[in-house]
This record gives sequence, C-alpha cells and structure tokens, in this order.
Amino acid sequence: MSNTELEIVVDDPTAPEDNSPAIVSTGVVDVVVSLLLLALAVVLGWDNWRTGASWDSTGPQPGYFPFYLSVILGGASLYGLGAAFVSRQEAAETFVTRAQLRRVMAVFVPTLLFCLATQYLGLYVASFLLIAGFMRLVGKIALWKSLLTAFVFTAAMFITFDVAFDVIMPKGPLEAALGR
Amino acid sequence: MEAFGLLLHGFAVLLTWKTLLLMMVGLVLGIFVGVLPGLGGPNGVAILLPLTFTMDPTSAIVMLSCIYWGALFGGAITSILFNIPGEAWSVATTFDGYPMAQQGRAAEALTAAFTSSFVGSLVAVLLITFLAPMISSFALRFGPPEFFAVYLLTFCSFVGLGREAKHKTVISMSLGLLLAGVGMDTVSGQLRMTFGSAELLRGINFLVAVIGLFGISEILLTMEERLALRGHAAGISLRAVLSVWKDLPKYWVTLLRSSVIGCWLGITPGGAIAASFMGYNLAKRFAKDQESFGKGRIEGVFAPETAAHASGTSALLPMLALGIPGSGTAAILLGGLMVWGLNPGPLLFVEHKDFVWGLIASMYLGNVVGLVLVLTTVPIFASILRVPFAAVAPMIVVSCAIGAYAIQNAMFDIWLMLGFGVVGYVFKKIGIPLAPFTLALVLGNRAEDAFRLSMIGSGGDMKVFWSNGLVGTITTLAIVLLFWPIIDSAVAAVAQLRLRRFRRPSS
Repeated sequence: MSNTELEIVVDDPTAPEDNSPAIVSTGVVDVVVSLLLLALAVVLGWDNWRTGASWDSTGPQPGYFPFYLSVILGGASLYGLGAAFVSRQEAAETFVTRAQLRRVMAVFVPTLLFCLATQYLGLYVASFLLIAGFMRLVGKIALWKSLLTAFVFTAAMFITFDVAFDVIMPKGPLEAALGR
Repeated sequence: MEAFGLLLHGFAVLLTWKTLLLMMVGLVLGIFVGVLPGLGGPNGVAILLPLTFTMDPTSAIVMLSCIYWGALFGGAITSILFNIPGEAWSVATTFDGYPMAQQGRAAEALTAAFTSSFVGSLVAVLLITFLAPMISSFALRFGPPEFFAVYLLTFCSFVGLGREAKHKTVISMSLGLLLAGVGMDTVSGQLRMTFGSAELLRGINFLVAVIGLFGISEILLTMEERLALRGHAAGISLRAVLSVWKDLPKYWVTLLRSSVIGCWLGITPGGAIAASFMGYNLAKRFAKDQESFGKGRIEGVFAPETAAHASGTSALLPMLALGIPGSGTAAILLGGLMVWGLNPGPLLFVEHKDFVWGLIASMYLGNVVGLVLVLTTVPIFASILRVPFAAVAPMIVVSCAIGAYAIQNAMFDIWLMLGFGVVGYVFKKIGIPLAPFTLALVLGNRAEDAFRLSMIGSGGDMKVFWSNGLVGTITTLAIVLLFWPIIDSAVAAVAQLRLRRFRRPSS
C-alpha cells in the first residue's frame, strides 16, 4: 500500500557543526600528494632501471615497460605540482574541517586497531570488538543492542564464510580454541 | 539466428533451482549494497566475491552479475526517497525523483525508475546478445599488436573523454599500471618493484585495492558528512505500477534516446555517470516545456535511469568480447573470471559456450526477477536506512576485511586494503579519478604482455602498431582520442573564425 505521507527521519547526534575551522586546504593536500607521487615515480623508476629498462637479446627487459610508466607518472605529478601552485580555487577550498577530521578519525582509528587485533586475536573476535565498541562509543547506542548486534553479525559471518562456504579466516588463540 | 539458439541453450543451463536461488540471493544482496550509503556496485561485488570461490564458474558469475543488477536498481531508492544518490549515476535521478516523492508521487517515481532501469538494461543485453559474438569472432584474428592497440584505445579514451583534469587521469592510470607490474615478471621470472618484501612477491591484487579504494574510503567520506536522513517512506501499489506502465509508450523517444546514449557510453569508457547526465540533459533539451524539469517530471526519472542502466550493462560487452572491461564493476567481474581460470576475451565464446550463454541468459532473467523484486520490496529496503550508520559502518569495515583476506588468505592484504582506503579518500577529495586506476590495475599485465610480444615480433620497431589497416586505425584512433580536447578546441576555433568571416561582409 502506498503511504507517502510518512517520513523516515534518522538523526545523527554526532553530525559535524557547520562552522568548524578548516584544518588544511585542498591546494596544500594536492601539493603534498603530487610530491609523494613524484617521489614514488623516482623510486619505482630507479628500481626498474636497476632491474633493466633497455633491450637485450630476448626483447624488452623486465623493467622496460614500468620504467617508462614511472617517467609518465613523474611527468604528470610534476605538472600536477605546478597546477596546484597556480590554482587559486584549490587554495581557497577546504579539504577537511576540524569536526570532519574528528569524525574521520573516529572511524579510521578503530579500523586501524581492528586490523591490528585481527592479527593477534583472529578476525571474528576483532570484528565483535569493533562492532560493539563502535556502536557503543561512537554511535552512543545502548550497550545490550551493541553487544547483541555484534554477536549476531559476527556469528552470521562465521557461519556464512567458515562453515557454509569453507572460506577460512585468520584465527587467533580464542577462535582456535573454538575448534575451527 | 545462431545467437538465438545459443541463448536458448543458455537458458537451459541457467534454469536449475540452485542457480535461480543464487540469482535471488545475488539480487537481494545487490539491492542491499545499492541502498546502503558507503557501499555500491563495485565494492559490493568485490567484497562478496569470496562467497563464490567454491562454486562452479556459471553459478558464481550468475550470483555476482545479479549483485550488480541489484545494486543498479537499489541506487534509485535512496535517490528518490531520501535525495541521497546511493550511486554517483543516481545523482541525475534526484533532480525530478525527489520532487515527485515530495509531491506524494514516490510510488510513481520509483516505478518509473525501476521500469526504465529494466528497459535500459534490456536494450543493452539485446546488444550484447547479437553484437558480442560478432565482435569476438572478429577479434579472433587479433594478434598482440591489435590487442595492445585496443588497450591503448581504452586508456587514451579515458584520458581524452574523461571530465577530470587530464593530468589527474594520467596519474591515476599510470599508477594503476605500475602497481599491476609489482611482483614477479611473468615473462622472465625476475622480481621487480618488491624492494625485498616477501609479501609483495604475490603482487598487488586489484580486488584488494578495489575494496580499499571504494569500500573503506567511502566509509571515511560518509562519516565525514552529516548523516541526518530525512525522506519519504513508500510502498508501491499495483495501481501505481499499471498507471506508469500504461503511459510508457508516450515516452518511447526518451527511452530509446537514453538507451542509445547509455549503450554508446557503456561500450566506450564514458561510464554510467556521464550517460545519466547526458540522458537527462538531452531529455530536457528536446522537451517542449523545459521549465518543468527539476520540479517532479517523470521524464526526468526515465531519461537518466535508462541511460545509466544501459551503460552499466553494455560495459560488459567489451569485457566478454575482448576481455576489456568498460567500467569499474565490469573490471571486478573480469577479475572474478580470472580467479576461476577463465580467460575473458574472444576465446571465451569458443571454449566456454555454456558459461558465456548462461551468463547472457542470466542478464535477461536477472533483470526480470530484479524488477519484480524491487517493485514488491521497496518498503523493506527503504527501512534499511533507519539503521543508524554507527551500526552499519563497522559491519561494512568487517565485510571489507573478510573480502580482502579471503582473496589470497593473506593478512598483509588487510593492511593493504586499509592503505588503499586512505589513498581512495584523499584521491576522491582532490579529484583524482579512481575508475582509470582500477581499470589499469586489471589490464596492466595483459597490456604489458601484448606490448612486449608486439615489440619482440617487430624487433623493437614501433611501426608494428601501424603495420596493417586494422591495427593502424585503432592506434590512430587512440591518439586522436588522447588529444581530443585539443582537436575539439581547434575545430571549434576554426568554426568560430569562419563564422566571423561569414558575418563580416553582411554587417
């Protein structure tokens, strides 16, 4: 049945404020990225030159194709560096505000810790901790809901991948004790 | 007629309970990833790829392609009800779709979106059915220089026809090609760009890169923005569906025009985003009452959705016929084929007929089932958006990690995924396009092999790329497309000059 009068409203209690100060401009980030890409092009170009970027009796050496790609990457990065210095629009554009950065970090740091935890605790224990912790600490969702959601999702993933489809995930000591 | 017979055989391969069940599962998962902010077609397919590792190739590709159709359908739900495009190609749908929902015509707008998606896909699938076998049989005559020329054409058209700054597309593409070369050189067995790391010996798997670039980066970007959703709940009644379908013949020109635009931009790497905007703009330009666009006009939903879906579907044509994907998602599907030991390209039509025609048949069936499914389940999928993002975000992160790990059973790939997530976030914010990067990462090794074999064959003479009419035409076309913006400006300047000379005597 059609009921278009109803509205779905989902409020975000942690929404960033509009007047948050800018941390860095797009122009500065563009310059930094161009410099990093240029450095990468130099390093990869050097490695390919070392591997062999010319011709021998069997044809082009292993580094031939990637060496010239490094040259193209370096050239485009240099051009990008110049363009970023010239562009006034980019210089005025905000890359990220303080409030936005806080929110990005609120998801990036737990993801980083999750990757670390996966290495030592196994994927499922780390997943449970990430989901429950994130829902409780970042989303301010009730503890029982956070724990239940984390448990149901992790169990569903375990059954789907490890049991049903035989895709074995990394196991920590706890998961190994569970017998899989 | 031969294609028709083979297609019937494809349906016979497809019509088993197991395959139909997988089709339904794929469609539901696809609509789910299409609706959810922070997920989309490419990473949805990449994350769910490990689920198919234990299946036979036909079942696997049917499920994966149905995830793709589902994601294409799902994007319209958030665009129309919440004014949030679930996918970039759904942006143009919000222009008239959301105003229609505000006017209490959400059911009409959703029916129009799903129906036009179906029409666009159907036209593209028909094109694939009849054109792909012809192209592939023609491509059987290709040697390494012809293949390299086609790869070059793909890369050059991305640079020349893309909307982004040219140097940024070049950066994206050359970086992707370079990273594709990391690891052991397939010809000499020599290591390159590994810097002594044992982990890099395997090379960089493009699926891991895609999961990071699209999945993780999208989570970071979505978290950065305000997530207070405000939209319209909607169910679709049979009356609303029949009313839209009854009026469908009135819009045949819009549907046909958008289908043609979509197919064209899907086969060439213009992409679904460009197709949807072009479809919308042309519908507006040819309308008698242009002012009514943007205020809830049903043609404003028909045009972009038809074009986007025709484009998304026809992007599979070059993938099947030549082994060259026309879009990011097609590139991931191509990766899936390679995981199962299939070699996409002209030989696929000769060596794996059951697989190819089963896939093409699944495109027809998947779209019909998908249409029925979305029309009947909109309220369920729209209610997914009630789930707080703080619950959805970590689940997506976990799904991404599982996907990244399962591809090669390597912990290092989870770290690589995180790294690519950060790169994707920064690249998206400074305007470096990610689609050329993905495409280059997929095609890098094949392009290099074709180049090396061509050069060995010619003794290092670049003239091999102009050694016959076919390869010469493709290479020349590639160069023309690379410099297309300059050529276009020059032609426009000459035309302007002539116009001035023509006007001067009369003034």
